[in-house]
Amino acid sequence: MRLAGPLTFAVAIILSLAGVAHSQEKPLREIVNSFAEARNFNQTEEIVAELGATGDPAVVPVLRALSEGDLHVRKSDNQVFIVSGRGKTLTIIDPLTGEMVGEEGKRALSKIRVNNGLRRLIRDTIGGLALGSPDPAARLRAARTLISNPDASSLPAIEAALEKETDPEVAAGMMRARAAAILVSERPDAEKSEAITAVAAISTQDALSLLLGFRGQATGELREQVDRAIARVERVQSYWAMAQNVWYGLSLGSVLLLAAIGLAITFGVMGVINMAHGEMVMIGAYVTFVVQEIIRTSAPWLFDWSLAIALPLAFLTAGAIGYALERGIIRFLYGRPLETLLATWGVSLILQQAVRTIFGPTNREVGSPSWMSGAFEIGQLTITWNRLYIVLFALAVFAVLLFVLNRTSFGLQMRAVTQNRRMAAAMGIRTPRVDAMTFALGSGVAGLAGVALSQIDNVSPNLGQGYIIDSFMVVVFGGVGNLWGTFVGALTLGIANKFLEPYAGAVLGKILVLVFIILFIQKRPRGLFALKGRAVEA
Amino acid sequence: MISGYLARNGLEGRIIATIVLILAAGVAVPVSNLVLDPSHPLHVPTYIVALLGKYLTYALLALALDLVWGFCGILSLGHGAFFALGGYAMGMYLMRQIGTRGVYGNPVMPDFMVFLNWKELPWYWHGFDQFWFAMVMVALVPGMLAFVFGWFAFRSRVTGVYLSIITQAMTYALMLAFFRNDMGFGGNNGLTDFKDILGFDVQADTTRAALFAASAVALAIGVIITARITGSHFGKLMIASRDAESRTRFLGYRPEMVKLFAFTVSAVMAGVAGALYVPQVGIINPGEFAPANSIEVVVWTAVGGRGTIIGPIIGALLVNGGKSWFTGVLPEFWLFALGGLFVFVTLFLPKGIVGTLQDHIGRRREKRQAEKAEEAEAASAAEPTPVGAE
Repeated sequence: MRLAGPLTFAVAIILSLAGVAHSQEKPLREIVNSFAEARNFNQTEEIVAELGATGDPAVVPVLRALSEGDLHVRKSDNQVFIVSGRGKTLTIIDPLTGEMVGEEGKRALSKIRVNNGLRRLIRDTIGGLALGSPDPAARLRAARTLISNPDASSLPAIEAALEKETDPEVAAGMMRARAAAILVSERPDAEKSEAITAVAAISTQDALSLLLGFRGQATGELREQVDRAIARVERVQSYWAMAQNVWYGLSLGSVLLLAAIGLAITFGVMGVINMAHGEMVMIGAYVTFVVQEIIRTSAPWLFDWSLAIALPLAFLTAGAIGYALERGIIRFLYGRPLETLLATWGVSLILQQAVRTIFGPTNREVGSPSWMSGAFEIGQLTITWNRLYIVLFALAVFAVLLFVLNRTSFGLQMRAVTQNRRMAAAMGIRTPRVDAMTFALGSGVAGLAGVALSQIDNVSPNLGQGYIIDSFMVVVFGGVGNLWGTFVGALTLGIANKFLEPYAGAVLGKILVLVFIILFIQKRPRGLFALKGRAVEA
Repeated sequence: MISGYLARNGLEGRIIATIVLILAAGVAVPVSNLVLDPSHPLHVPTYIVALLGKYLTYALLALALDLVWGFCGILSLGHGAFFALGGYAMGMYLMRQIGTRGVYGNPVMPDFMVFLNWKELPWYWHGFDQFWFAMVMVALVPGMLAFVFGWFAFRSRVTGVYLSIITQAMTYALMLAFFRNDMGFGGNNGLTDFKDILGFDVQADTTRAALFAASAVALAIGVIITARITGSHFGKLMIASRDAESRTRFLGYRPEMVKLFAFTVSAVMAGVAGALYVPQVGIINPGEFAPANSIEVVVWTAVGGRGTIIGPIIGALLVNGGKSWFTGVLPEFWLFALGGLFVFVTLFLPKGIVGTLQDHIGRRREKRQAEKAEEAEAASAAEPTPVGAE
């Protein structure tokens, strides 16, 4: 049974590549209907091989349906159909054209039985058919599948396909598939030696396990060559692992940047730590939730736009709360930064409890728009779209803030107040207004961060708490009064965290980063990018 | 001259009254619990004794924070860490006392280590079977941590909100560390299921009463130490480095050394408070390190009045009493109340209850003295001048 599968499979592919002529000798429908006569698994197997031999892509749905147990025979006339649906009456579909034929009672049909050996054969046959498929992308996919599951018996088929291949990229993929197959075959050592080089060039985890498997049976020079190849693949793998860590670090860093940048602005301008900053992030996330709920109930077709709608709303909501907080509480506490810290902590408790009372203490589900789900690969790097969009979004927010701070008159006023509040006031800047607007801006940016974080984190009343200490660390590390400090601080801490994780574990890595920052503060008490000047000490 | 002398004497009198009051409570509550019949109206039930004992340790913690915040201007958001470390030292002693009565019956190792398949006791658990050693550690571990941390922080002149934030980072890092099972402190569950302390059953009424009395004595000693330190020349330096650090430095003093001393003493006091807390509540877990807990201590001190000695004690008792009452009656509203308290106190009562009262009394006394002086002046003058008394 185990040998029969691959053998029939190989025959099927060779025949399929031999040409379409064969398929005209016996119409497809006749072969498909012959499933009705199959008395045991072996006979079914032969028919599958025959179908594979036609090389006609039209048989793929039939084979797939067979594998899933959806291929049935109508007892009355021995016709074969694909069925769908549940219950007593099933919809029957023509296996080759895919058209609905009608409905039939379950009792009038009998299922064509399959076992695991057959399923494997079907999978390989479909793979082999793909190797001869007119679509180059499908051929490439088939070649890749063969690299991960190399099989000596598929070697002739690969070589036959390779001869006919015109697309250079697909040909390269097939060469690799051939090399992988050679390693597990009985071919002479010279060919195997070439194959080792070719497999080593693939450098994936599959290639590594293939080489490690081959190492056991290799002797003499071949053994040395395999060892060298393994070392090479492992080196390449470690580079990719490093690249993956950098990517995770960038992703974490951009989240930290989003969460910390608003904090850095308010701290820089007003010298107060806003302990309720995390709650502004949380409010941004809940705004996203509310927007999505409204869209779900009244305008589902807008769902893909839900985040775009939530962004300005979150900015305005969090900004308004920040403005109210500044006007209502913080402006009475100027010159007393420690008291401000306590008062804003009180506000954060109230906001958390308010959200808990309104929305309940459990996590709320925020969906991802279709364009944000899924992932793609660069080399051996897997990148999910939502992480990529968050990195881009963080960069965009950073760029806009840089523009606001450096190119607008409001930004100029903010910077003036940061550097020397009294002198700025003497020059006619209304510092209370700048304070209120700065606080609103910082809180609004936190709201934007909340929209982004709702895509990767649980939306619960405690959302902000998880980020607040890390955000403080970013601000303390990067220094205030300069957005670049926050930028460098956030990315450094993000990458450092992710690089420590594999060696020290997630928790210990975080502890090490905290200890590092505590020590770093000793050397540079005002952060990486410290403001200089007389006003700083005041 | 005379008024200054009177004021100083008055302050001392108030401190002595506080100490007497605390000690009286330390005797009265246990006696009423143990001697009086449960039906007697003045009988204090055992659960109340344990609750009040917990409040007394909180009061000591608030007093420790007041020493650094109220008198030295260092807003520590990590005092819960010292409290928890003291608590863990005590908890380790209590764990070793369980002996073979644990679920696994291992004579040396606590249950959680047997559960984790550890072969022998980690080195840092040795010695904790001795009470005196555990007591030394209760003071030494928080003290050393505060000394090292403060040494680095104060010497490089980390001040203000930066200092607050890194103390918060310190307690956060410790919390994460203690949550790890590999640390050997019971991970998430912490240390619990205690049996005896010094051979007495921790659940027994008499032991609870004794622990209450011990907490009262510790608080009284804490008050004496704080009063001694703040009343001395050194106390003046603490206030000087709080109000004008640069000026103090230019006058030739070393504010960083002043702060370091105060920070270390305060950490030891917090550690002792933690050690008394653990046998009374019966558990210590990493949640005690949570930054929110440390900030809550700050609000007790702020409510009572920082920079006063009685204030933090009153604040801790009031806020925790309120918390117990609220969580019983309106559990959802406790956080609203606590948050509102933070905002209200910082906006309207920056000196706290005691500070505001003191100001009020001080102003009235000044007014009275001014009136008296005027009367004396008027009497000594040949003709009273009613216009001047305006």
